[in-house]
Amino acid sequence: MYPFNYHKPSSVDEAVSLFLDAEDPAYLSGGMTLIPTMKQRLAMPTDLVDLSGVQAMRGIERQDQKLVLGAFTRHAEVARSEVVAQAIPALAHLAGLIGDNQVRYRGTIGGSVANSDPAADYPAAVVALGAEVVTNKRTISSADYFQDLFETALEPGEMIVRIELPIPRRAAYRKFPNPASRYAVVGVMVAQFDNGVQVGVTGAGPCAFRASTLEAALAADLRPEALAGVDIPDAGFNADLHASAEYRAHLVGVMARRAVADLLAS
Amino acid sequence: MSATGIGAPVRRREDGRFITGAGQYTDDLHVEGQVYAVFLRSPYARARITDIDASHALSGEGVLAVLTGDDMRADGIGDIPCGWLVKQKDGSDMVSAPHPPLAHTFVNYVGEPYALVVAKTQDAARHAAERVHTDFEELQPVIDLATATDSVEIHEGVRHNLAYDWELGDRTATEQALADAAHVVRLDLVNNRLIPNAMEPRAAIGRYDAATGEHTLYTTSQNPHLARLILSAFVGIAPEHKLRVVAPDVGGGFGSKIFVYAEEAAVLWAARRLRCPVKWTAERAESFLADAHGRDHLTHVELGLNEHGRFVALKVQTSANLGAYLSTFASSVPTYLYGTLLAGQYKTPNIYVEVHGVYTNTAPVDAYRGAGRPEATYVVERVVEVAAREIGKDPADLRRMNMIQPGDFPYETPVALTYDTGDYEKSLDRALELIDYAGFSARRIEARQRGCLRGIGMSCYIEACGLAPSQLAIQLGAGVGLYESGEVRMNPTGNVTVFTGTHSHGQGHETTFAQVVSDRLGVPFEDVEVVHGDTGRVEFGLGTYGSRSLAVGGSALVKASDKVIAKARIIAAHMMDVGADDVTFDGGVFSVRDSNRSMTIQEVAFAAYVPSNYPLDLEPGLSEKAFYDPENFTYPAGTHIAEVEIDADTGVVRVVDFVAVDDFGHVINPLIVEGQVHGGVAQGLGQALLEHGRYDDYGQLLTGSYMDYCMPRADDVPQFRVDTTTTPCTHNPLGVKGCGEAGAIGSPAAIMNAVTDALGVRDLTMPATSEKVWRAIRGAKGGIR
Ligand SMILES: Cc1cc2nc3c(=O)[nH]c(=O)nc-3n(C[C@H](O)[C@H](O)[C@H](O)COP(=O)(O)OP(=O)(O)OC[C@H]3O[C@@H](n4cnc5c(N)ncnc54)[C@H](O)[C@@H]3O)c2cc1C
Repeated sequence: MYPFNYHKPSSVDEAVSLFLDAEDPAYLSGGMTLIPTMKQRLAMPTDLVDLSGVQAMRGIERQDQKLVLGAFTRHAEVARSEVVAQAIPALAHLAGLIGDNQVRYRGTIGGSVANSDPAADYPAAVVALGAEVVTNKRTISSADYFQDLFETALEPGEMIVRIELPIPRRAAYRKFPNPASRYAVVGVMVAQFDNGVQVGVTGAGPCAFRASTLEAALAADLRPEALAGVDIPDAGFNADLHASAEYRAHLVGVMARRAVADLLAS
Repeated sequence: MSATGIGAPVRRREDGRFITGAGQYTDDLHVEGQVYAVFLRSPYARARITDIDASHALSGEGVLAVLTGDDMRADGIGDIPCGWLVKQKDGSDMVSAPHPPLAHTFVNYVGEPYALVVAKTQDAARHAAERVHTDFEELQPVIDLATATDSVEIHEGVRHNLAYDWELGDRTATEQALADAAHVVRLDLVNNRLIPNAMEPRAAIGRYDAATGEHTLYTTSQNPHLARLILSAFVGIAPEHKLRVVAPDVGGGFGSKIFVYAEEAAVLWAARRLRCPVKWTAERAESFLADAHGRDHLTHVELGLNEHGRFVALKVQTSANLGAYLSTFASSVPTYLYGTLLAGQYKTPNIYVEVHGVYTNTAPVDAYRGAGRPEATYVVERVVEVAAREIGKDPADLRRMNMIQPGDFPYETPVALTYDTGDYEKSLDRALELIDYAGFSARRIEARQRGCLRGIGMSCYIEACGLAPSQLAIQLGAGVGLYESGEVRMNPTGNVTVFTGTHSHGQGHETTFAQVVSDRLGVPFEDVEVVHGDTGRVEFGLGTYGSRSLAVGGSALVKASDKVIAKARIIAAHMMDVGADDVTFDGGVFSVRDSNRSMTIQEVAFAAYVPSNYPLDLEPGLSEKAFYDPENFTYPAGTHIAEVEIDADTGVVRVVDFVAVDDFGHVINPLIVEGQVHGGVAQGLGQALLEHGRYDDYGQLLTGSYMDYCMPRADDVPQFRVDTTTTPCTHNPLGVKGCGEAGAIGSPAAIMNAVTDALGVRDLTMPATSEKVWRAIRGAKGGIR
């Protein structure tokens, strides 16, 4: 690890201004992604702006038909929250599948969504639920937020403050973990709203996306069987040691069917 | 049986310090004045070093030196030898390419060290390492094992990149028997490359005392005496009497810490040059790149059967990847530890094996838990399974009818071994009973209703361990004898210090050996301390590998204990005023026959050190040494049976049941033995389903972290069910055989037999990853349901 300056602001404004004043800064949330890359000397920020002291970025709250999660909410807090379990149990389930205990006790939803790892779990929920990413400057709809591999709509210095997730009637998440890293090779969230079914897919492509062919099939018939024979084109899908693009496309179908079955059973 | 004696499930006494963080591993040691080394490693699989510019690095704060392979050579430091000379088919010696500890001129695998930076802090050393500028001229690397012998020459003068072309057995007779066979099964098999991943990464501290000329190496070694011998006699670091090697607590090795590594030589040499202790601790990424890897074979096998299903001939042709250089025991693993095991548990009369040992531009490959025997078992037990399916016989029946029977021992195989004892059917029967073999078809039908394909597979393995009869081993090319030494020292106050030349790095010797000695001498278990891992305290030793510690090292301790008892008997007889023949010894007490006079061994020990009433012609003291050289290998054997379920939609394989019935001879501590089996089976499961060390075409390691190299975890393994049968080893005093590797030897074939059974395919290469399995399902059914 290279030396760096450490800052611990207590407000959003202070965090942003510290960030803007520094040479090559980074926000530090749970550190589960950032710190390993610093230890490997792949990332070398001059300044770390630690967000753990910013109260406005914490907390889990239900506001009418929305679940509002502070960006600094840790995975473990989501996994065991009564409020989340009442509002979107599938989200608590998803958070409980991230990494291991140690990772869940450090990692945060803001860090995960900001990082936009193609194999991260939360992005599936963000797109499936049509969440809004609220930053220090604006509100970004999930449709615009994820752009490409590790690329989001965030501008330099822009900070996620909270994530607002519409509460569906029912939802379910299925993950096919990478046997080595246990990140998602493919993860699918299926969410049923009054006005339709939304399917969010992570792991398969460069970033999370909505699977429109699956949504169309499920809109007509919300049963696993409805997905039989639905084409999932694998163009642009990720391919690595663990899964080819073709296999990933297949897994999207399997995970979607299983998620639908879980949703119906919930 | 007492609560702590032989056969008692005593809890490991060393675990207290390990689980409370009180262990002392090499990295925990702080030697006064220590400075830190970071190694510069080749980023290319094959290149010429054209320039190393260290000027920038040397100007950094706290930087003491940048030392290169050329510097090392100039100081007269020698190459790292391969300790086992294999003779080729034509009688010539194998071709051993020079292996300098630090590369100079050429680098031959990604991760090969070619220089080190030494600085006052680890950070300064890392930082400086980034500022050394090295120019390489990239050369065409040889990565693919299958085509390596037709590729460019890696080492000058090593034609076809062949270290050796070796054979064992009667080729003509085997080929004739195959030609005459009623049925011949042919199979091409891959034994996947594994990366050991001991929990503790390697580390080393070199220390030099200019006043006395003494060198000390603290290192993560499975065999400190062997390290000392090699570093002295071959690498030429220091003469043996001026070099002490200490292997303190070591966090796992699985073979990978047997070998002498570049870093060990380098820190000692640097310590002497710089006149301060030099410490190096590997990062996990370095472990992946530069610990010796395991396995990596390509094999073609042919098994001939007669019309009744009896095996008549086995022919095996293997290409073994040895990596860029021959590591310490690399040459022996795919030859004498592999070819000799191909008889398995069967009476196959004709066996022939030929092995090409091949250089590639990858990390050196050497012994890894099982070393050669898992590969042999995989070949035999996969081809036997396929044979059973092809001739329509139950796999258990086919094995049974070909097994060596209890009356056949000692049994001389066609591949140079003589099995002393065994009862293979007994283990098979017990395993079949435990798994409920008869009930399998019902379980398969039930699984199908849940969308799962269920399969069953067995593996009846044998291994040769307890390495090894020295004369035989040396005749076959070993550079050292393979006896073991031990010392049993009774202290004046009656407790006992035991010194062993084996090394415990997770095996629990401190407990098992204390049980053996306390049982033999009749002293309390708590009164026996076991010392190992320090050439300054232990006279000599050859270390721990090949499941040898108890069979060879334990036997040495029995011998030494018996010498102690013999001497103590003379003392006791003298003190009780009778002849030695009139004294009996039992449970730590010497008694005069037909009288009530007696004295304890502790009383005798005191007398031996305070000799007032003492035989005049006897030396004082009660401490005895012994070397034990085994007459033969030991032959643990058993049957492993796996049941797997495959998710037909995703291809994910789960081992849902696993039974291991092993014959380890007498068991000293069943708790430790069961633990060893669990660990071994977990590793075997890793090989079968999860682990695969892979390089890309340029020789970059693709599986260089836990993000991609898949180690088995607790939730990957089922609740193992283990049992033992017992035929005591006939030639060592404890009747023990060794249990350290059996799990890793027997299990891969059992699991792959189960996977292929579930899928209804002939073969599938390890690891059976979900995508591979999914493709097999799709291929078999012509489309996904
Ligand atoms: C062993 C291991 C296993 C894991 N397994 C999984 C898994 O199965 N599934 C999964 O989804 N993830 C997994 N992760 C990743 C984990 O969930 C991380 O916590 C997450 O990706 C990043 O969150 P963090 O809070 O740790 O962020 P950090 O590491 O602190 O930050 C990540 C990046 O986001 C930036 N950032 C952080 N917060 C903000 C903000 N509020 N606004 C703008 N930018 C910000 C940082 O500057 C940095 O670039 C795993 C991690 C580890 C170490």
